[in-house]
Amino acid sequence: MLSTSTKYYVPAPSTRMFWGSIALLCLAFGAASWMNGASSGRWVVLVGFAFLLVMLVGWFSDVIAESEGGSYNHQVDIGFRWGMSWFIFSEVMFFAAFFGALFYARNLAVPWLGDIDHKLLWPDFSATWPTAGPMGEKFAPMSAGGIPAWNTAILLTSGVTLTIAHHALRANHRRSLLIWLGATVGLGALFLFLQATEYMHAYSELNLKLTSGIYGTTFFMLTGFHGFHVTLGAIMLTVMWFRCAKGHFKPDHHFGFEAVAWYWHFVDVVWLLLFVLVYYL
Amino acid sequence: MAHSTADAAVAGHAHDHHDHAHDDHAHAAPSGFMRWLTTTNHKDIGTMYLWFSLTMFFVGGVLALGIRAELFKPGLQLWHPEFFNQLTTMHGLIMVFGAIMPAFVGFANWLVPLQIGAPDMAFARMNNWSFWLLPPAATLLVVSFFVPGGATAAGWTLYAPLTTQMGPGMDLAIFALHILGASSIMGSINIVVTILNMRAPGMTLMKMPMFVWTWLITAYLLIAVMPVLAGAITMTLTDRHFGTAFFNAAGGGDPVMFQHVFWFFGHPEVYIMILPAFGIVSHVIPAFARKPLFGYSSMVYATSSIAILSFIVWAHHMFVVGMPAAGVLFFMYATVLIAVPTGVKVFNWLATMWRGSMTFETPMLFAVGFLFVFTMGGFTGLICAIAPIDLQIQDTYYVVAHFHYVLVAGSLFAMFSGAYFWLPKWTGHMYDETLGKWHFWLSIIFFNVTFFPMHFLGLAGMPRRIPDYNIQFADFNMLATIGAFGFGLSQLVFLYTVLKCIRGGEKATAQVWEGAEGLEWTLSSPPPYHSFEVPPQVK
Repeated sequence: MLSTSTKYYVPAPSTRMFWGSIALLCLAFGAASWMNGASSGRWVVLVGFAFLLVMLVGWFSDVIAESEGGSYNHQVDIGFRWGMSWFIFSEVMFFAAFFGALFYARNLAVPWLGDIDHKLLWPDFSATWPTAGPMGEKFAPMSAGGIPAWNTAILLTSGVTLTIAHHALRANHRRSLLIWLGATVGLGALFLFLQATEYMHAYSELNLKLTSGIYGTTFFMLTGFHGFHVTLGAIMLTVMWFRCAKGHFKPDHHFGFEAVAWYWHFVDVVWLLLFVLVYYL
Repeated sequence: MAHSTADAAVAGHAHDHHDHAHDDHAHAAPSGFMRWLTTTNHKDIGTMYLWFSLTMFFVGGVLALGIRAELFKPGLQLWHPEFFNQLTTMHGLIMVFGAIMPAFVGFANWLVPLQIGAPDMAFARMNNWSFWLLPPAATLLVVSFFVPGGATAAGWTLYAPLTTQMGPGMDLAIFALHILGASSIMGSINIVVTILNMRAPGMTLMKMPMFVWTWLITAYLLIAVMPVLAGAITMTLTDRHFGTAFFNAAGGGDPVMFQHVFWFFGHPEVYIMILPAFGIVSHVIPAFARKPLFGYSSMVYATSSIAILSFIVWAHHMFVVGMPAAGVLFFMYATVLIAVPTGVKVFNWLATMWRGSMTFETPMLFAVGFLFVFTMGGFTGLICAIAPIDLQIQDTYYVVAHFHYVLVAGSLFAMFSGAYFWLPKWTGHMYDETLGKWHFWLSIIFFNVTFFPMHFLGLAGMPRRIPDYNIQFADFNMLATIGAFGFGLSQLVFLYTVLKCIRGGEKATAQVWEGAEGLEWTLSSPPPYHSFEVPPQVK
């Protein structure tokens, strides 16, 4: 008979995943009807979202219980590390699609719209960036100074505070861990608050909207998806804070914490790219 | 072990050879339908993937027969043109995302843990979710036929601006693809991590079976490009409903941009659908030639080269959209370059058979059939890759012929080969060899009757995705339709053979095929519910 520590943990059968699938089915049907004018679709979306949330909370509770219960040996831990790395790689590729769209629009599509072939159709269009395209409304672009610069500083600082928290965890200094991790969550929330302020400024004063041609499109879609990821990251960090407060994790065994830290740094790097490519250039 | 599940015997498993000395691993497994709903077992999940994809294969096949019935003779007879377009679109989407891709994931689920000596997949619960995301997505696709305006009719490539003008069916297709993409990404992460982290001691990367290698690379491609597809269809969704201008020239966007983003996904996708097929054939041919695979390491490098090159050839699908000449030339040369590693593979398979003591059971017939017909599809692919020729044959039946030669005779035949090869291992029974041979010969003959004439139709200028055609194309179209119905009916032989094999038949030995090599043949047929709880030693 094997000693338990050498065995790879295979979890028991569960109905959670099936409910998660039903939740996504509700979300898809609800969103499709909502977007096509059936306002009752929003209730289906709500039900689907609630189901998904319950399912995910339950699933993660299982994982936390198994982890704290000692079910995960070294090999399982390595599997989690690989899994998280590949997940972040898939996220990188998702953002790459949108950065690619920005690159294509700025360097190819917009210049082509200003070339001699298009003069007949749109004689007054000047192909300069930023643009809302030949038929778009006038707007003022978002400047890189002010809120975006502050937000860059805030996210970079949050990366530092998170690293300090990680060192505290490794040194088993719980109090310092909670303080620095809490600071990271706070900085994340501040970032989101400032981002929301920036959006309101764009809509009310710059006439810069999601519908402001290709500039508005790429600006809001890229910063919006990033903001969504910051939100997810902040939620994950909050969960980690409560877990740390409950005494979870050991100095040498805390991949849940590390995975969230990896994710947070990934979100940070995406922001740096955004700051340079969307705001600054 | 800390988890506190009851140690009841795994009830309801016909093939349960569970050793009760290891009872802390036996969960109180539900039986009946709940077993399949809740399972975390890679074999159960693999079986569900395979049945799901076979079902979708028949659904997509019925749509294809709808297309061919309309094209039986010139003029409009059965469908409105709009519905015809829905048929071509949904045939493509269902076959690519519902049949071929899940079928290969099913093979991976069954085989990867057995071939590398692992107890299960790395993330067993996520594995269940990857599968159970598929039925909702399929529901969305099928239901989209019944919403106002019907299913999306923009072609499986979903080009803007057609997609920005479609009805609600388009949204359902977008959400279905999002869910299928999530399923693929989770499935692929699972496969990559299983391969990288759970190999038996002694199994170094260069000792891995070819099927495992091809899936490692396929999974990498999937993780890299499925998110890009998600991005592309998200852009379509926001262009449709939220006023963004990604694909709208009036707002400074460009419909051609969709094609670039889509094909950045789409071309690696082509290899996603063929690399595991290469893996299967690399097992079947050595087994029935009774020789080891010729040039194992060159196979590994060729597969990797194909994967790398697949990222820099996407615009060969777009030679007619008006790219700069430098772009056209780059994508043409890069594409032709792929013939080199693919050629390496074909010659390796030929060299494996060279002077082998060959027998031609059904798996080998399908493998050799694959080799012959897939190579023809590869050659027409080279012809399509030459930009000046492509200007002529773009969007004609020549292209339809080309990709059905590589997808049906390539991916599908390789899967049939693999299914016959491993069915005795999976079920514990030998399949009916006579029926298998009938299935092969009917399939390969009707396949060629269906698709070979399409080369001529395409060269003569018959456009694809059009429900009517000039009278001059009538004869070849009639022939193709007869072939298509013959091919479709032949697949019922496969269904019957599989069912018969599950229900009974000659008992299969553990080795099954005398020439087969690999860890999966060291286990009983069928293998125990939990295989390799103690990792085997690989020398």
